[in-house]
Amino acid sequence: MTDAFGEFLQASVRTATPLALAAYGELVAERAGIINLGLEGAIIAGALGALVGAGAGGVGTGFAVAILAGCATAVVVALVVLWLRADAIIAGTAVTMLALGLTGTLYRTIYGTQGAALSVPTVAPHALPLLSGIPLLGRALFVQPVITYVLYGLAVALWWWMTRTHAGLALRATGERPAAAFAAGISPVRMQALALLFGGAMGGLAGGVLVLAQVGTFAEGMSAGRGFIAIAIVVLGRWSPLGVAAAALLFGGASQLQYVFQSLGWPVPYQLFLALPYVLTLLALAGTQRRAVAPAWLGRALEDDAR
Amino acid sequence: MNDTALVLRAIDKRFGATTALVQASLAVRRGTLHAVLGENGAGKTTLMRIAFGMLHSDAGTVEIDGAEVSFSSSADAIRHGLGMVHQHFTLVPAMTAAENIALGGNGLFRAGDVAAQVRSLVERTGLAVAPDARVSTLGVGAQQRVEILKALAHRARTLILDEPTAVLTPRESEELFGWLRRFVAEGGTVVLVTHKLQEALSVADEVTVLRAGTQVLTAPAAGLDVHALVRAVTGEERTGPPLRTRTRLATRGPCVARLVDASARDARGVVRLQPVTIECFAGEIVGIAGVEGSGVHELVRLLAGRLAPTSGSVMLPTTIGFVPEDRLRDAVIETFSLTENLALRDAATRTGRMPWPALEAQTGTVIRAHNVRAPSPATPVGALSGGNQQKFVLGRELEARPALVVAENPVRGLDILATEHVLRELGISADAGSAVVLYSGDLDELLPMADRMFVMFAGALSEVPVNRSAVASAMVGAMVGAS
Amino acid sequence: MRRPDARWAISAATVLVIVLAVMALLLAGGHGISGSLAAMWNGAFGSTYAVLSATLVRATPLLFVGLAVGLAFRAGVLNIGAEGQLLAGATMAMTIGLLVGGLSRTLALPLVLIAGAGAGAAWAGVAAWLKQRFGVLEVISTLMLNFVANYIISWAVRGPLQEPTHVYPQTVELSDAVRLPTLIAGQRLHLGFVLALALALALWWFLTRTAAGFRVRAVGASVDAARSAGGIDAAHTAALAFIASGALAGLGGASEVTGVTFALYEGISPGYGYSAIAVALLARLHPLAIIGTALLFGALEAGAAAMQRDANVPSVIAVVIEALVVLGVLALDRARSRRMS
Repeated sequence: MTDAFGEFLQASVRTATPLALAAYGELVAERAGIINLGLEGAIIAGALGALVGAGAGGVGTGFAVAILAGCATAVVVALVVLWLRADAIIAGTAVTMLALGLTGTLYRTIYGTQGAALSVPTVAPHALPLLSGIPLLGRALFVQPVITYVLYGLAVALWWWMTRTHAGLALRATGERPAAAFAAGISPVRMQALALLFGGAMGGLAGGVLVLAQVGTFAEGMSAGRGFIAIAIVVLGRWSPLGVAAAALLFGGASQLQYVFQSLGWPVPYQLFLALPYVLTLLALAGTQRRAVAPAWLGRALEDDAR
Repeated sequence: MNDTALVLRAIDKRFGATTALVQASLAVRRGTLHAVLGENGAGKTTLMRIAFGMLHSDAGTVEIDGAEVSFSSSADAIRHGLGMVHQHFTLVPAMTAAENIALGGNGLFRAGDVAAQVRSLVERTGLAVAPDARVSTLGVGAQQRVEILKALAHRARTLILDEPTAVLTPRESEELFGWLRRFVAEGGTVVLVTHKLQEALSVADEVTVLRAGTQVLTAPAAGLDVHALVRAVTGEERTGPPLRTRTRLATRGPCVARLVDASARDARGVVRLQPVTIECFAGEIVGIAGVEGSGVHELVRLLAGRLAPTSGSVMLPTTIGFVPEDRLRDAVIETFSLTENLALRDAATRTGRMPWPALEAQTGTVIRAHNVRAPSPATPVGALSGGNQQKFVLGRELEARPALVVAENPVRGLDILATEHVLRELGISADAGSAVVLYSGDLDELLPMADRMFVMFAGALSEVPVNRSAVASAMVGAMVGAS
Repeated sequence: MRRPDARWAISAATVLVIVLAVMALLLAGGHGISGSLAAMWNGAFGSTYAVLSATLVRATPLLFVGLAVGLAFRAGVLNIGAEGQLLAGATMAMTIGLLVGGLSRTLALPLVLIAGAGAGAAWAGVAAWLKQRFGVLEVISTLMLNFVANYIISWAVRGPLQEPTHVYPQTVELSDAVRLPTLIAGQRLHLGFVLALALALALWWFLTRTAAGFRVRAVGASVDAARSAGGIDAAHTAALAFIASGALAGLGGASEVTGVTFALYEGISPGYGYSAIAVALLARLHPLAIIGTALLFGALEAGAAAMQRDANVPSVIAVVIEALVVLGVLALDRARSRRMS
C-alpha cells in the first residue's frame, strides 16, 4: 500500500515539475503586475523547440532551444503589451493562438505525417545519494529527472532573490504601485519586460520538460492548458514561491488520481480525471481571495507618465 | 561660486497639442525656502517633474549647484541630491515604511539594517515614523513623513514638495512648515509648490509665480502683498471674493434629502463614514469642507444615491444631479458622443427604444445654454477641453431640474471663466428651488456660496458657522477631539 | 506621438507580416506558393459549390460565435469560452434532438435550437456566476470550461449518447424532423445561415437602438461612468450580456449539429470559438461588420481545408493568420485611441 502511495507521490512530483516551472515564470510576471496569458504559447513553443533541438544536438540542446522558443513568445507579448500598449489579456490570448498555430503548422511541415512515430530520448530519473534513501519522501522527491532538482534550486533562489535583494524589492514594488517604483528611479516597463522574458523562458523550459522528460515526442496542442493552470497555481499559491510549490504539487497529484482509482478498481470514466485539473482550477480561483493578496496593480496598465 | 541649488532655464514642454510649459524658468538659491505658485494647470507639477528627471523637456536646461545636468530618470536626480515629495504619494501601500524608504537601492536588501538606518534618521530629523509599519495603515501625515524620509535617506540636499498641505489638517501643515524651516536653517534647500497664496507668503523666503506655463514673477516674499500675487497668478484683477449672485434666503423650502446615522464603507470595505446625520433643504446651498480621505468621497456619494449605506437611513428625492470630482472616470465616457453622454443620465431606468432624435435636440439645448464649445452633438466628449466637458456635465445634470444637486470639487482644475460659470449655475439652481450640496477643498470657493457649512473630518460631520476662522478651527478641533 | 497615417502604416504592416509569414511557412514545408494559394482560392471561391457549401457553411458557426464574442466584448466581458459554450449547445441540441425526433419539424426543430441556446447560456452562466460571486477572472474560467466541455463530449459519445453498436465514439444521426432545411438543392447551405444573418441584424438593432443595448455599451466603455453617471448596475448588465453571449454561441453549436454534421463527435468544432475572437475584433465589434468578417474567415478556413486536401499544406495555418490579424487589430486600436488623447 505504501509502495503504491510512494509511486503516486513520485508520479505527482514528476507531473508537477513542468507545472511548477511555468508557474514560477508566471509568478515573477504577475509580481511585476502583468498577467501573461501567452504562457501557454511559451509552453507549446518550448515543446516544439525541444523536439527540434534534441533532434539536432541531444537533450542539452533541446532544453536550450526550448528556453529560447519560450523567450521568443515572451518578446512578442512584451512588444504588444508594453510597446503597443494593447490589452494584456487579448494580446496574451492572441500570442498563444499564434504559437499553437505556428507549432502545429511547423511540426507538420517539418516532420510531415510520420511525425507521430518520431521520438527523442528522454531524461531518466537520477537518484540523489543519501536523500533518496529517506522513507517515502526520498523516492518521491529525490528520484526524479535532474530538471526537477533544478526546479528545487530555482524555487529557493527565487524566494531569496525576491525577499533579500533590492532587485526583488523593485519587482514587487512594480506590481504593487508602479508610480512609486518610477519615482524611486526604477523603470516599470523594463521590469515588466524582463519579468515577461523570465516567464517565457520558464514556460519554454516547462514545454521542454514535457517532451524531454515525460512524453518523448511532440503532439499538437500538447500543452493542454498547462499555461492557464499555471496561472491558477499562482493564485492558489497566493503569489508566494512556497505557496506555488505546494499548489503545483496539488495539481500534479490531481492528475495522477486517475491511476490510483484505476488500481483500486473503481469504475470512474477517465474523462473525469482528465477534466479534474481544470475543475480544480476553477475551485481554486473561486476559493482564493484574490483581492486580498494579489499584487495591487496586477492586470492594470502602466500609467502614461510613470513607465 | 554659484549660490544656486536648482536652476531651470527656458523650459518648453508640450503634451501632444497641449502646451504645458513655455520658456519657464526658476532659480532657487541654496539655503532658502522657495515657493512656486500658480493655479491648477499652470505647469508647476510638470516643471518639478522635469527637475526631478521624471519627464524630459522639449527645450531648456537644468542646473544643479550651478552645473548643467541631464537626467534620464529620477535615479539620476536622486544621485544629485534631489528629493521629491509628490502630490499623490508615491508609496507602495502593501510595503513597510522601511521598504519604501529603501526602494531604488542596489545589491542585497537586509530588512534589519534598513530598519536601523530609518531609526537613526528618525532620531536625527525628528520625523516620527515606525519602520515596520505597513504604509497602508499609516495616516496621511505619517505617509508624508515617510516620503520625506525617503528623500533624506538618499541624502537629498534639495527637497521639492508638491502641494504638501493639500491633504493635511491645519495643525499638520504647521508642523510640516516648522520642520521645513529647520531643514533650511541647517543648510538645506526647499522648493514648495502650492496654489495657496497665504501659505506661501507665510513660510517662504522667495516666491515665483507660474501662469499658463511660464514664469511671470519672482520676488522675495517679504513685502509682497496678496493682491499683487493674485494679479500675477490669475493675470487679472479680482475685484473681490468670487461671485455670489444671490442673497441668503430667509426661509428655506422643505427637506429634500436626509441622512440619519448613516455610515458607509469604501470599495475595500474600510469604514469611511461614522454615523452622520444631515438634512438638505430646497433652495439652499450646503457647503462641505474637508480634506481628501476624510470620508467626504463617501458622504457625497451617499447623498447622490451612488452608494448604499452600511447602516442608518437615507431619504433621497427621485431626481438627483451629480457632478463627481473625477470627470473623465466617473462622469463621461470619452469615446461616446455628447448625445450619448447625455443619454447616460437616465440610462438605468429607460426601457424600450432610445429616442435618439429627441436626445440630440436636448443635447443641442444644453450646449447652447451652457456655452459648451463643441462642433456638434455627435462630437466625442474626449475631444472637448476640460472646461467645456465640465460645463456639459453640469448642464446635463441640471437640465432635468433635479430636486437635489451634489457637486464634488466641481471647479478643480478649471480656468477662471469656466469656474465662474459652474458656480453661477449652481447658485441659479438653488434659487430655482433645488437643494445643492457643494464639496470643495478650497474655502475661498466654498464660503461665498454656502448657506450652511459642515466640516468633515475622519468620517465625522459637524456643522459650523459660515466663516473662515470657524471652519478652520473646527477642523483643528475635530482633530484634537479625535485623538 | 501617433498620427492618423500611423493607422494605415499599421494595417499595411499587418497585411505584410501575414503574407510573409504564410509564404515562409509554405516554403519551409516545400510547398509551391502559387499552387498552394490556388488551391486555397479554389477551395473558397473557385466554384458555386465552394462558395455555397464550403465558405458560407463554415461562415455560419463563425457568425454565431463571432456575434457571441462581439456582444460579450462590447459589454467588457472577455468571453474566451465561446468554444465551450458552442460545444455545450451542440451537446444539448443532440440530446434533445434524439428525444424529440419523432415530433413534427415545426415543433421539434425550434425546441432543439432553443435547448442549444439554453445550454450555451448556462455554460456561460457558470463563468458569470464565478465572476460575480467570487471575482474569478472570466478569461481563465471560460478557458477552463472549454476543456471541461471537450471532456464531457468525449465521455458522452462513448457513454450515454453513443450509437447502438458501441463501436464508434459518436451518436446516431438526427432524424429529418430535427434537421435544418437546406436552402438550395444540391448544396449544403442551410437555414442556420439565414438565422445567423437575422441575429446579426437583431444584435445591431439591439445595441444601437434599445435602452438595454445602450446600457451594455456604456458598461463596456466605462464601468465607472456607467455606474456613477448612469446609475447602471454594471455587474448585472455585464452578467446578462455574458449569458446572452453564451446563448448565441450555444445556438451556433446547435446550428452546426442540426445543419451540417447531424451527429455529435469529438472535434466537432475546429476551434470556432477562438477564431471568433479574430472575427469579432477585426469587425471592431460591430454586428453588421461581423457578417463580413465571418464570411472572410469562413473563406479562409474553407480555403485552408482545401489547401490541405489538394496541396498538402497543414490547414492549421489558418490559425496563424487569425492570430496575426488579432495582433494587428490590437496595434490599430491603440493607434486610434491615442489619437483621441
